[in-house]
Amino acid sequence: MAKVIVVTSGKGGVGKTTSTAAIGAALAQTGQSVVVIDFDVGLRNLDLVMGAERRVVFDFVNVIQGEAALSQALIKDKRVENLYILAASQTRDKDALTEDGVEKVITELKEKFDWIICDSPAGIERGAKMAMHFADEAIIITNPEVSSVRDSDRIIGILDSTTDKAQKGEKIPKHLLITRYAASRASRGDMLNTDDILEILSIPLIGIIPESEDVLKASNLGSPITLSSPNSAAARAYTEAVKRLQGDKIEVTVPTDKKGFFNWLLGRNGS
Amino acid sequence: MSFFSNLFTKKNSAPVAKDRLQILLAHERSSRNSNSDLLQKLQKEIMEVIQKHISIDQEKIQIKVDRGNDFSTLEIDIEVPQQENIT
Repeated sequence: MAKVIVVTSGKGGVGKTTSTAAIGAALAQTGQSVVVIDFDVGLRNLDLVMGAERRVVFDFVNVIQGEAALSQALIKDKRVENLYILAASQTRDKDALTEDGVEKVITELKEKFDWIICDSPAGIERGAKMAMHFADEAIIITNPEVSSVRDSDRIIGILDSTTDKAQKGEKIPKHLLITRYAASRASRGDMLNTDDILEILSIPLIGIIPESEDVLKASNLGSPITLSSPNSAAARAYTEAVKRLQGDKIEVTVPTDKKGFFNWLLGRNGS
Repeated sequence: MSFFSNLFTKKNSAPVAKDRLQILLAHERSSRNSNSDLLQKLQKEIMEVIQKHISIDQEKIQIKVDRGNDFSTLEIDIEVPQQENIT
């Protein structure tokens, strides 16, 4: 049975697209079939982060408007089996995402894939509402920062009131993914720690992605981090988060990079 | 922050962030659920009552709201015009 997951946050720049790419790739690496969809019409970026920017011919809006078949618009990842990308349109406006159109495409994707990961745009406008509308579950990306936590709280409220599931009186399961976490700053009391964020948002934690240079390197290369540097702390954190998403009960820890003695002495981060 | 100032001053910013968020979100959640914030409702009704008696110049009104954990304050400061302007 296919599962539709929305990756959302409210606030921009917290790591929705990066996380969508990493989660999608990590799921595909376990042998499942996965499609990642970019809902950010007008400002698409998932294609770029996934390294497929030069292979986009048709997009999500083309499919909705019947200008292309779904199979023509799906871009197959060259590195992992069973990983596909559905890019957003760059030229249309967000009104092109109609509820009926999105439903039609998602229904069709459900027949072909195990996981449908919807990368939400920032904000709470049409694109974001459509990305979450047909979701079975939600992953909320939060940075340990007041503005991000506040926006996540708002998004949780919207998930519980406007989605298809909410309108049918069902609860949509929500998972918290904390990104850009610096354990040392949190332990010094200069960054909201995991317990603080969990206490405020009170939704279950699915993972903690440490602040890491490797995340930027991965997007520079156009490769999900679980593919480009699978042994990095951030990649391991994503891989574990995906196991939890699949139902494994693993305790959430903050993976750390192993530091060499000299690097430790010089205060450098290992990579 | 230098090592020494770190050692002697115990002013961490994370607890402040947490407190601020908890207070703010408590209000935002309640106004989300009831669809109307009590302070805003009070403000609206008080203004309506005053408008019955005085024609108010919007610039002569100062409204301050301070939302706290235990209590909130709503302060409405109105400059009442000269007697002849009262309707």
